[in-house]
Amino acid sequence: MKIIVCIKQVPDTAGGVKFKPDGTLDRAAMLAIMNPDDKAGLEAALRIKDETGAEVTVLTMGLPKATDVLREAIAMGADKGVLLTDRRLGGADTWATSSTIAAGIRKLGDYDLIITGRQAIDGDTAQVGPQIAEHLGIPVISYAQAIKVNEAEKTVEVERQFDDRYHVLKAKMPCLITALSELNTPRYMTPAGIWDAVDAEITTYNRDDLTTLKDEDCGLAGSPTKIAKASDKVRKGAGTLFKDIDADAGAAVICEELAKKHYI
Amino acid sequence: MDFTLDKKHEMARSLFRDFAQNEVKPLAQEIDEEERFPRETIEKMAKYGLMGITVPREYGGQGCDELTYVLCMEEIAKVCGTTAVALSAHTSLCIDPIMTFGTEAQKQKYIPKLAKGEWLGAFGLTEPGAGTDAQGQQTKAVLDGDEWVLNGSKCFITNGKEADVYIIIAVTGTVEKRGRKQKEISAFIVEKGTPGFTFGTKEKKMGIRGSATYELIFQDCRIPKDNILGAKGKGFGIAMHTLDGGRIGIATQALGLAEGALDLTVAYTKERKQFGRSIAQFQNTQFQLANLKTECDAAQLLVYKAACAKDAAGFSPASTYSVEAAEAKLFAAETAMDVTTKCVQLHGGYGYIREYDVERMMRDAKITEIYEGTAEVMRMVISANLLK
Amino acid sequence: MKAVKKMSLEDYKGVFIYAQQVDNHIDNIAFELLGKAKDLAKPLNTQVTAVLLGYQVGNLTDELAEYGADRVIVVDDPELKEYRTEPYAHALASVIEKYKPEIVLVGATAIGRDLGPTVSARVHTGLTADCTSLDIGDFPLQPKPNQEQKHNQLLMTRPAFGGNTIATIACPDNRPQMSTVRPGVMQKITPVKGAKAEVIEYNPGFTPNDRYVTIEKVVKKVTETVDIQKAKILVSGGRGVGSAENFKILKDLADVLGGEVSSSRAAVDNGWVPKDLQVGQTGKTVRPQIYFAIGISGAIQHVAGMEDSDLIIAINKDESAPIFDVADIGIVGDLNKIVPKLTADIKAELAKKA
Repeated sequence: MKIIVCIKQVPDTAGGVKFKPDGTLDRAAMLAIMNPDDKAGLEAALRIKDETGAEVTVLTMGLPKATDVLREAIAMGADKGVLLTDRRLGGADTWATSSTIAAGIRKLGDYDLIITGRQAIDGDTAQVGPQIAEHLGIPVISYAQAIKVNEAEKTVEVERQFDDRYHVLKAKMPCLITALSELNTPRYMTPAGIWDAVDAEITTYNRDDLTTLKDEDCGLAGSPTKIAKASDKVRKGAGTLFKDIDADAGAAVICEELAKKHYI
Repeated sequence: MDFTLDKKHEMARSLFRDFAQNEVKPLAQEIDEEERFPRETIEKMAKYGLMGITVPREYGGQGCDELTYVLCMEEIAKVCGTTAVALSAHTSLCIDPIMTFGTEAQKQKYIPKLAKGEWLGAFGLTEPGAGTDAQGQQTKAVLDGDEWVLNGSKCFITNGKEADVYIIIAVTGTVEKRGRKQKEISAFIVEKGTPGFTFGTKEKKMGIRGSATYELIFQDCRIPKDNILGAKGKGFGIAMHTLDGGRIGIATQALGLAEGALDLTVAYTKERKQFGRSIAQFQNTQFQLANLKTECDAAQLLVYKAACAKDAAGFSPASTYSVEAAEAKLFAAETAMDVTTKCVQLHGGYGYIREYDVERMMRDAKITEIYEGTAEVMRMVISANLLK
Repeated sequence: MKAVKKMSLEDYKGVFIYAQQVDNHIDNIAFELLGKAKDLAKPLNTQVTAVLLGYQVGNLTDELAEYGADRVIVVDDPELKEYRTEPYAHALASVIEKYKPEIVLVGATAIGRDLGPTVSARVHTGLTADCTSLDIGDFPLQPKPNQEQKHNQLLMTRPAFGGNTIATIACPDNRPQMSTVRPGVMQKITPVKGAKAEVIEYNPGFTPNDRYVTIEKVVKKVTETVDIQKAKILVSGGRGVGSAENFKILKDLADVLGGEVSSSRAAVDNGWVPKDLQVGQTGKTVRPQIYFAIGISGAIQHVAGMEDSDLIIAINKDESAPIFDVADIGIVGDLNKIVPKLTADIKAELAKKA
């Protein structure tokens, strides 16, 4: 059985947002990590490998230093690493990113299962996974909180999480599943795994290698959504203090703030 | 000369750091308060191969080097001195001598299970009458047919009662050397559960309170003839060689304690406000922290140097890194004591409160100046080499 | 992927919303989207259409009309009884291809965040996720030389980078402009009783293929035990609360907001609450959307565990309490009077909107 896991190297926005002395975001100082939802997807693939001997390939689209997360994945037990990297692929929105990754997957030949994380902690869109499935024409099951593979039947059974319930769904392979970080607790690397991973060969594809990718579908030019403006938040300091205020007025101030921010 | 770690060691460090933060740190205070051996942590470490980092893959280990093991010890010791010493005694004092001096049969029998953490290792040299004067051994081993019969006791043994495999040093006879009678000392491998091998007092200690420190008692304890480790009469040399490696482990434990205490203190001094500003803004604090940081970095260099010297030797029985190991342990231990004490001071009253980790780190640090060769013995080793 | 025909952007008209329904019950997010759609439709001089997908859902159209839909397109088919990605994506994509809306809004729910990207890819357009505001404006925002400035564009503002960056996105060259919006962000209108919408029944035909999954089981969730680290709103009490009994006023506030109660170490040490509610250096680190620090002095040991909360509201009778150094809103006063009044005020506000 062949599994492809799509992973992304992201700044650690969840654990380690760093600020410069002037209070602005310091992106350069932030640790680069494997996206947590993707790591859970990788762990799910590795558990299937433990049970069935499946081959696990990890794939990432990013800068050359994204090989770090590929090697981390190999040190955890993945068999092969693939990097899609090219300046011409940069600036991509989710349409262009998913088109690019789909083209990379097509180059890898047959597969039974693709696992992606539900969303990345930098983009926070949760769009790329389902869009890859759309480009490849395969079924997608998002928000997986449990995965079971039936190799003989070539099907997967997935618990698909909704806000107030979950469905147990059965899909034919090949299909794509997006993983939630609640899916499992990912394993650590092992020292021997690290030793093997640093020397492992990483297959690298640039834009020209992706023969099924059209120019109008990749990079900044191939992105239907465009950024009009973007600004980083500044670290909070002390806010507004209300003293010499009676209880009713105090309650009203808070209530107004909650209403303004649509918490109520 | 490249003072940076290469990619694989960097990745290894981040593995150990994550593991230490997520698995070891949460229990550190509790196992100290309860004087409880962290068995569940050992099991987790075993799962990821951390109990056999230096063991070659063909024996079930991870096939990595001493430097990698030292990085693991360092990250663990930063959050828990107890867990670090459990790993050190197991790896440096039990696995190492078997890999270095063991027969192929002994390696096949003991190493895979030790490397996988199914068995825990320990080392018994110290006796009530034989500390620094290790030659004062009184535990005897007498050959009776196909068995060695052990009688005597060992004290202050790390991983005592928890361990499954013990390297025991005992007197097997007398030899004449330059016209003087000397004890003939040999080394043995003894398994827990062997009839006649029991455990006595569990020591109550100032620090590393979760570490299991026990008295070992041998009363007509019979072990197979083949459980002698190395040649008869070579036991003292085996013990000394083993301690060289052990000193690197303890030096790393000390290093980690110092670095861990310093990290906590840097964070604390930034947050703690007195006289309208954080205490990190006072020059006295700044100068103190600068001193402590420099001491830690110097200790780290000595520790890594000793680890690299051991890597150059591999599992060779020649003692080629005794001085590096002694320097590393001497300096790192004294650094640990100095740094942790000053870190408690920089925490003010809170440094004395058990909820703050620095007080435990200070209590843990003291033993690093004593066990596996006191600071005084380290000075003897270093000066002897200098003055020869 | 079928070839995309060159569309003229001017052909696309109308603001559509995906009227999410579960168990033939319209989700609140649909009404919120309708409220916003009405705002967007005004400057565009166009109408608001709700797209309702399901099985035997015809009776829900009136409710959509009452909340602002001028028109409801209903796709009613047995294949749509329970949500599954493929038949739903086929339905919504077909509606879009046939009716050519210029804007489509979808709720950023567990359904919408699966349906939205699949549909937007199928119709080859851009999708912007988790928008916190939507406006009609120009792109580029300021005119630029050698670049056409397009008007009446949907400007979609959203947080990224873990909430640390705010970006405004446009989709100038593709239609429809699609956006997902989180529940609780937009406002629904006061329903107009008796309002009626034009109802269009449409069925693109459903042929099950390999992309259709089978639903083996539907399992509804049971309420779980409290995990303060998962709570979006925490009402936290400290020494100032005074007793275990008095934590009730905090619980009332938490309940009305759908949040959880947590505490400082003092409350735990006094035995007023269990240890698993403790926030702080020796307790848990939390990062909720709102953190109420009530009767909590704000010693660094506590602050270290909650300072990354999005909104910190502190109530304390001591104006020099260090908690006020990190609070976004600080009220100096008696928590015993303020908290119950606040709970009552919020209840009234919610009743108004329901």
